[in-house]
Amino acid sequence: MVVECAQVWLEISNYLEDEVSPELRASIEAHLRECRHCTAVLDGTRNVIHLYGDDRLLELPAGFTTRWQSRLAEYVPSPRGTAFGWLIAVAALALISGSFALARLKSPSLSALRSYHAQPATRIPSGMMVEASVNGKTFHVPGCRFLHEHGKGKVRLVAAAEAIREGYVPCVRCLREYLNR
Amino acid sequence: MLRRTAVEKPADASDEREQSLIARIRNGESSLFAALVKPYERRVYVAALALLRNEADAQDVAQEAILKAFTHLRQFRAESRFSTWLIQITVNEARMRRRRQHSELFEPIADVQNEEGAYTPREFADWREIPSEALERSEIRALLAKALGSLAQKYREVFLLRDVEHVSIEETAQVLDISVASVKTRLLRARLMLRDILAPMLADGWFSRTPFQKGNKPW
Repeated sequence: MVVECAQVWLEISNYLEDEVSPELRASIEAHLRECRHCTAVLDGTRNVIHLYGDDRLLELPAGFTTRWQSRLAEYVPSPRGTAFGWLIAVAALALISGSFALARLKSPSLSALRSYHAQPATRIPSGMMVEASVNGKTFHVPGCRFLHEHGKGKVRLVAAAEAIREGYVPCVRCLREYLNR
Repeated sequence: MLRRTAVEKPADASDEREQSLIARIRNGESSLFAALVKPYERRVYVAALALLRNEADAQDVAQEAILKAFTHLRQFRAESRFSTWLIQITVNEARMRRRRQHSELFEPIADVQNEEGAYTPREFADWREIPSEALERSEIRALLAKALGSLAQKYREVFLLRDVEHVSIEETAQVLDISVASVKTRLLRARLMLRDILAPMLADGWFSRTPFQKGNKPW
């Protein structure tokens, strides 16, 4: 099958997305070997996709996350409790604080960092929910693709404070905004 | 061929995590909603920006969309992905704001060719290599943003969702409420139009030209 320039231009997206039949692909490639114009169009289109697909091109405005999370916090209903409930909560808090104090006496330092090259977490809100894999070294914002891409065992959803206590270090990509600058 | 990020692939583990989060939020753990939305905040912002072309408006609309998703979470049916539903809300919010602002009146008249007809490239400059550090340069980023801003809205929104945010073609069609064929046609045109705009400026070793400044020796 012989293809003309106009057909190559029409199929360039499909060609780059690998959505053309093997016969059409072979014909387009045969055409490209002979046609400098179509080769230039193909190279340029690939460059457009490459450049615009880079995360650095379009960064979130500074403070965007904090702003929407603050507004959301206004909408999230705060739990209300009875006097008895508050009493239980205070007692539980005292118990937890006591056990922390005891634990600190027995082992005064946090777990060693799991990665020696990483930055320890200091500015991350302790109540923030994060994900960490059992055999991994870093913790992530839930859904961070760098966690799931390199799958290292079972993933747990835990509070940031707990992850830090266990020696996990923050992912430099998804938690960048919280790291020391 | 093109390499796509993991965001586009149907990730079972991620879907399961989302379903579990949604169930917990519906059962009263509202504070988990932020964790549900966080992976898509950039996508929400970019979708709003695609329609509004103004950072302040895009931020406002993105916030409104997130709040609306929170208050209407019970209406979410797992027939589509949560991210698709969230972006649909954003697109609707942005469209409503555009109508209020009569923004259509200020759209670029770049779409001179009929969408049904074939697009003929106008530039054949030989634009081959892009050094990876090109995007570190603010003038390149400004050039790319200006080129994107010159596209008509229907091309810009498809291009931003697909090529900037790596949303699949099917999801892009669903979010914008158009057919898959229209997404493909608009995407092809957007890519070729951007190439026509950028190739003359970025081809022929433009990247390797270092601007001569005081203290910056060209040798």
